[in-house]
Amino acid sequence: MFDPPAKLALGLFTGVLFGILLQKGRAAKFHVILGQFLLRDWTVVKIMGTAVAVGAIGVYLLAGLGLASLHIKPFLIGGVILGGALFGCGMAILGYCPGTSVAACGEGSRDAMVGVVGMLAGALAYVALYPGLQPIMESLGDWGEITLPDLFAGTSPWFWIAILVGAGTLLLLINTVKASGPRPANSGIHKEPADVNDSRNSADGRNRRAFVPDR
Amino acid sequence: MRWLVVSAAVLLLWPTMALAESAGAHPGEYSPAAWSPYLVGALIGLLSMTTFYFSNKPLGASTAYARLAGLIGKVLAPRHTESLKYYRDNKPKIDWEVMLVLGAIVGAFLAAWQGGELTGVWLPAKWEARFGAESLPLRLTAALIGGTLMAFGARLAGGCTSGHGISGALQLSVGSWIALLCFFVGGVGTALLMFRI
Repeated sequence: MFDPPAKLALGLFTGVLFGILLQKGRAAKFHVILGQFLLRDWTVVKIMGTAVAVGAIGVYLLAGLGLASLHIKPFLIGGVILGGALFGCGMAILGYCPGTSVAACGEGSRDAMVGVVGMLAGALAYVALYPGLQPIMESLGDWGEITLPDLFAGTSPWFWIAILVGAGTLLLLINTVKASGPRPANSGIHKEPADVNDSRNSADGRNRRAFVPDR
Repeated sequence: MRWLVVSAAVLLLWPTMALAESAGAHPGEYSPAAWSPYLVGALIGLLSMTTFYFSNKPLGASTAYARLAGLIGKVLAPRHTESLKYYRDNKPKIDWEVMLVLGAIVGAFLAAWQGGELTGVWLPAKWEARFGAESLPLRLTAALIGGTLMAFGARLAGGCTSGHGISGALQLSVGSWIALLCFFVGGVGTALLMFRI
């Protein structure tokens, strides 16, 4: 029924830190998640990209020193593709993901609390269908616990991490140059064509306005 | 050994903090209480690194929902719950993952309270701008259906934004990168249908 208390405390402590970070990073907000899926607000990609780059260095460092072991999830092709698409679809409808929806609950968003009830129902539905689903998913192909260095045999994990960090740094640099370059000029132009935007495409204008108020 | 891990974590943190300061926050783009996404990302990366060390686990949120559903099932229909194959393979119990999710509620509450961002909003502003001020029933139905689809999808895929998207991707897991791609394709497609058509 219970894990040992020390393990529970560790989980709780990790969760508190995770919740603080999700809230402070604005990832627990509907308009940030939808803004990402509408390719307007790149906060989520920035958070996840940095987390993956820093975490990859850290975890492979620990693994290399023999201080941690990897925990790769098996790649069931059907489950990952079908489940992944369903997940993305549900996430856009709800506007929060499993981690950020509980963070949104902590922040006080009432719709996220309803979403959590839906998630419990969804998990239960999967549990009910599990005996029938699992064999089908296994029959669609199972690549096992495979990593990029396994798939491209002979490559070092550090090669892939270097690509990750390199691509991230490049995007960051491009973003910085873009942001620091034409930004002052842009803010002047922005004011006038606001109603032009509205008359051209009302849905577009509405979204843009909904973006501005953060609080 | 622990100090080695902590000092490695600090060493990794330093350059990312510098980056976050130089390129992160554009004044006005974020609410004053929010932190730069790069700083938050770096800290989440360090949190998953230390989780591998201290808890010997990848950081992930979605498993907890199946556990919690099982715990509720155990109270409501104990025989039936115990007979379910999923719960014979994965015992429903209060474990690390469940505590992680409970902790995230507490952490987000504390952070929002500290930053003066606690809300009691039923209808997100962006939803209201699109579907109108009277759309609360639609919003709650959408939240229920969206939550159901998402949790079902997460179990089917074997993870969520944190389990696959962060923990899996940082271990360079092929399945996790494909899952992340599918999350994004499904999400972008659905969001465009909801907000652009």
